[in-house]
Amino acid sequence: MKKLLANKVDAYYGDNHVLKDINLEIKENSVTAFIGPSGCGKSTFLRMFNRMNDYIDGFRKEGQIIIDGKEIYKKKVKVEELRQNVGMVFQKPNPFPKSIYENVVYGLKIQGIKDKKVLAEVVEKSLIQAALWEEVKDSLNKSALSLSGGQQQRLCIARTLAVEPSVILMDEPASALDPISTSKIEELIDSLKENYTIVIVTHNMQQAARISDKTAFFYMGELIEYDNTKDLFTHPKNERTENYITGRFG
Amino acid sequence: MSKIKSNRLKDNAFKYFGIFCTFIGLVMLAIFIGNILIEGLGRIDYDFLTNLPSRKAAKAGILTAWTGTAWILGLTAIIAIPLGVAAGVYLEEYGKKNRLASIVEINIANLAGVPSIIYGLLGLEIFVRILNFGGSLLAGAFTLALLILPIIIVATREALKAVPDSLRQASYGMGATKWQTIQYQILPAASGGILTGIILALSRAIGETAPLIVIGALAYVPFVAKTPMDEFTVLPMQIFNWVSRPQHEFVINAAAGIIILLLITFILNGIAVYLRNKWQKKVNW
Repeated sequence: MKKLLANKVDAYYGDNHVLKDINLEIKENSVTAFIGPSGCGKSTFLRMFNRMNDYIDGFRKEGQIIIDGKEIYKKKVKVEELRQNVGMVFQKPNPFPKSIYENVVYGLKIQGIKDKKVLAEVVEKSLIQAALWEEVKDSLNKSALSLSGGQQQRLCIARTLAVEPSVILMDEPASALDPISTSKIEELIDSLKENYTIVIVTHNMQQAARISDKTAFFYMGELIEYDNTKDLFTHPKNERTENYITGRFG
Repeated sequence: MSKIKSNRLKDNAFKYFGIFCTFIGLVMLAIFIGNILIEGLGRIDYDFLTNLPSRKAAKAGILTAWTGTAWILGLTAIIAIPLGVAAGVYLEEYGKKNRLASIVEINIANLAGVPSIIYGLLGLEIFVRILNFGGSLLAGAFTLALLILPIIIVATREALKAVPDSLRQASYGMGATKWQTIQYQILPAASGGILTGIILALSRAIGETAPLIVIGALAYVPFVAKTPMDEFTVLPMQIFNWVSRPQHEFVINAAAGIIILLLITFILNGIAVYLRNKWQKKVNW
């Protein structure tokens, strides 16, 4: 079933035309990787699915982004609700400078949920899902900033899971982490795709090949090729895709 | 070779010149404080703090003056903090960054440099006359609040600028509104910097005399203010009044008053420095 749909999407930062006529469909409960050299527009495109570009001065878009059959850039769409449904994990782990517990319950608290029992259950469930529970269950009141980088990133994933989104956007979630933490994040992504639709931007092509079902290659604001990951990495149809994945540029 | 020698010489010359300049400032301050302490320290006792002003120097106290200063400090804080912080938050977090914004920004910075007597005239016209507060604590507090508003706004903006954007993104990404993000994440993260600015602004306010003279604060107030509408005096005014008397006993009173005023400012500045250090240590992104 199709979950996300981009229909003739163009995006601009001022006069800078950063995305050109992007059409793409993403299936439910799958992992899709966006690859391409820096500045190709893949992060901009990712951030359109939860409208994180709204705050950037001079940002403008054309075309439609459709999630579950609904156009998300319509006036009546509440962007706060959209972001509860479409969670986001950032490149640099950015936990709030508060306790581990406070980090996980933040999304619920801003929705007005105060019941301590409910919150405690959600904290445990989310941390288990994010494979962090065993490491932090005795120190939930410790500052999130005392965790290692990899733990912080898994905490950020737990925080996102706590509000029960159906889509998770990840913007190079492992690029600031060491190899062991990276493999933990990758395992986590693999286990999450049963219940979530995951879109991940990555600079690491092995990572894209390992974890994604489908891969989209962006270059200079255009979607060059979009195919099953296996096919794209073994038999790229476009010459530029081939040059990029074999490391001839980028 | 001679070039190197002369360069060395210049280098040393500047070093000693710098030491000399620093020395002048410090020595002046030391002489001033030492002199004040010698003159006034012996005069400070319980009676000095609890006596009303008097024509007889030995019986005169600063009760009305320091309670007036405390009133002014409290009222000014109540008025200036919400206005200044809210304006700073608006300009930094909500306002668009366009030409109008930069004009506003430059003018707020300019306001911080306007001589305080001008604020006194403004207060006299608006609060004393138009709003009919008279020469009351309230008129004084509003005037001083206007005076320190630019300082608080600028300090708030600087503190907000120091909060990393990743924190805002994390909060928005969780579905928080702008106000929730400001309330739960940004203000707590910036609170140390904002608080430092507020305290420094308040310690400036309690030293101000000129604007209060203009709005009609009295030098001789034989009662302790009970409501914000009462007439008042403040420590600097009391000191000014005593210094201008011919009898030496009153000059001693002035020295003792100065010690108390300095003590209050030093305590406030000390708190500000402490908070700033604590905040800088805590925020390690």
